[in-house]
Amino acid sequence: MVHVSATPVLALRGVSKRFGAVQALTDVELEVHAGEVVALVGDNGAGKSTLVKTIAGVHPIDDGVIEWEGSPVTVNRPHDAQNLGIATVYQDLALCDNIDVVGNLYLGREIKRRGVLDEVEMERRSRELLQTLSIRIPSVRIPIASLSGGQRQVVAIARSMLGEPKLVILDEPTAALGVEQTAQVLDLVERLRERGLAVILISHNMADVKAVADKVAVLRLGRNNGVFEVRTTSQEEIISAITGATDNAVTRRAARTNAEARK
Amino acid sequence: MSIDKSQAASVEGTVDAPAAAADAAPAVDPRLLVREQGFAGYVVEFKRKMRAGDLGAMPVVVGLIIICAIFQSLNSAFLGAENLNNIFVAMVATGMMSVGIIFVLLLGEIDLSVGSVSGVSSAITAVMSVTHGINEWLAVLAALAAGAVIGALHGFFFARIGAPAFAVTLAGLLFWNGFMLQILGSNGTINIDGEGVVGKLTTYYFSDVAAAYLLAVVAVAGYFLSAFLGNRRRAAAGIPSRPLSDIVLRTVLLAVAAFAVAIMFNQYKGLPLAVLLFAIVLVGSDFVLRRTAYGRKVFALGGSVEASRRAGINVTAVRVSVFAIAGCFASVGGLFWASKIAAANQSAGSGDLLMNVIAAAVIGGTSLFGGRGRTWNALLGVLVITSIQYGLALQGIATPIQYMITGGVLLATVVIDSITRKTQKTAGRA
Repeated sequence: MVHVSATPVLALRGVSKRFGAVQALTDVELEVHAGEVVALVGDNGAGKSTLVKTIAGVHPIDDGVIEWEGSPVTVNRPHDAQNLGIATVYQDLALCDNIDVVGNLYLGREIKRRGVLDEVEMERRSRELLQTLSIRIPSVRIPIASLSGGQRQVVAIARSMLGEPKLVILDEPTAALGVEQTAQVLDLVERLRERGLAVILISHNMADVKAVADKVAVLRLGRNNGVFEVRTTSQEEIISAITGATDNAVTRRAARTNAEARK
Repeated sequence: MSIDKSQAASVEGTVDAPAAAADAAPAVDPRLLVREQGFAGYVVEFKRKMRAGDLGAMPVVVGLIIICAIFQSLNSAFLGAENLNNIFVAMVATGMMSVGIIFVLLLGEIDLSVGSVSGVSSAITAVMSVTHGINEWLAVLAALAAGAVIGALHGFFFARIGAPAFAVTLAGLLFWNGFMLQILGSNGTINIDGEGVVGKLTTYYFSDVAAAYLLAVVAVAGYFLSAFLGNRRRAAAGIPSRPLSDIVLRTVLLAVAAFAVAIMFNQYKGLPLAVLLFAIVLVGSDFVLRRTAYGRKVFALGGSVEASRRAGINVTAVRVSVFAIAGCFASVGGLFWASKIAAANQSAGSGDLLMNVIAAAVIGGTSLFGGRGRTWNALLGVLVITSIQYGLALQGIATPIQYMITGGVLLATVVIDSITRKTQKTAGRA
């Protein structure tokens, strides 16, 4: 189902990052191909957010190499990442509540016609974009304040698509969403993959990861703790990689409930 | 509940068939209530908006009608051409300053210094043109530039240094008042030539009756053409557009109002220059705020500073420029005040001026919380305030009572604003 190209869109080779006395990332390796969804999982403090921020250019890396389409690049500022074609959708969505959907999609990159905002063209393209992504919202001319959490999330993701990115990073897109809204966002992630984009998905939710991801990269205490093919890996294996042991509260509970189920 | 697709007559049926609707027109949610065509649609839409707390300009317009009715019943001269004309000319000074402060309020900030800055502006003009005999046009330009620089300075301390705008402009209020007294010198009052540039701002009338009618025609035709052509582009691009009847109805309403005002002016001395300038400023500032990328940035900052920053907006530059605009409009207002009393004096920019400027913006419907408002709000708000002042003055009611009544009106407006915000929140349109 997934067509994976030979050269990864993004590859991290031995990336390390220190904050003062804290070694946040140590020799992390990560590869993302076009048309592939890689889930980045790990416990709180495992370094997921730090890793994403190094890719997005918020924190420059200390050691290691970031490769973009096979050649090494330096990403020191968010601007560098955007120029490469990396779009990041952060957890706090960064939308303006008082402005309508069209205005938010084009905020900071308004289309102008003779120096004046071209509302007609922006609205037409917004509707086109939302249509190709099968995003359904009441109207493109209502303020963000009137949208549900899931709708805001899909608008934020759609906004990241306007820059024609090659890699989209989604930071916990389904946290705080209901069942229906989660499904909408996961549908959208699949559509991004169908369009040949590389997606890095940060999530705590194993069900979501199993649902849409192709590969799962596990981080533990700032180090790689395995990369798994989702289809051939059980949830328990991923969880034990996250927690770092086969004997822990989660596996003990699983074993107990399994045993009870067998009785 | 009948549901109607805005584009064509592809009615999907009821709400419980989202799966079927998915393929048909994905950009339109079946839950969206689209307005019915024609007049019936207006009534339905109006009722829905009222229930949702989306009152718009309604409370102000109703308030204005009530104010007019009360004062007219007390004194039949209130709605006479002369009194109305005086109200329109007198409101321009406060109105100009209000336009400036609306820019600041849109950011969710406040500028308390506009009164003092307007005093500085009148003092600079008077000292340069009268005391030193410099060309009056140059003096006016210098005053406007000074206002913009003072505003930018406030903006710098707020945006770059990070001091609260409230505190910075409060300091400005005191500082610039002292600055004005200093440059006026021991004399205190400098009389301005009534026939000069500043003098004529409020005393010049286009005595030809054609002027007022021409302005009305230009306004109505301009509105109709921009609405009609804009709508045609929308229709051509295949996105929802307003029905023609809608545009015609709005144009007719505008025409009635515009020609009523024009007739009123012509019954007195003709179209006042001050009103023409105010109209130009209102149209221009509304255009900047709603049709340019700059205006979009101002609204964005009022909505979410963090979102604006991530969208690549230069937050500091926009903030400084907005305060410069407020300072510049405060200067303009100062010139109109000086013109009205034909002098620059020590009491310029003091008293209830600052409160009236902010009150006019808020009464007109500009939110104190940022991100919501239009410069047209200044027109409605300042009409209310000036009407009250002139109505009370006509009755011979003293200043203390005027202050109390104006304060009461402001409180009522803020209460209405807060209540509608609550209703809007529950209706999802905060």
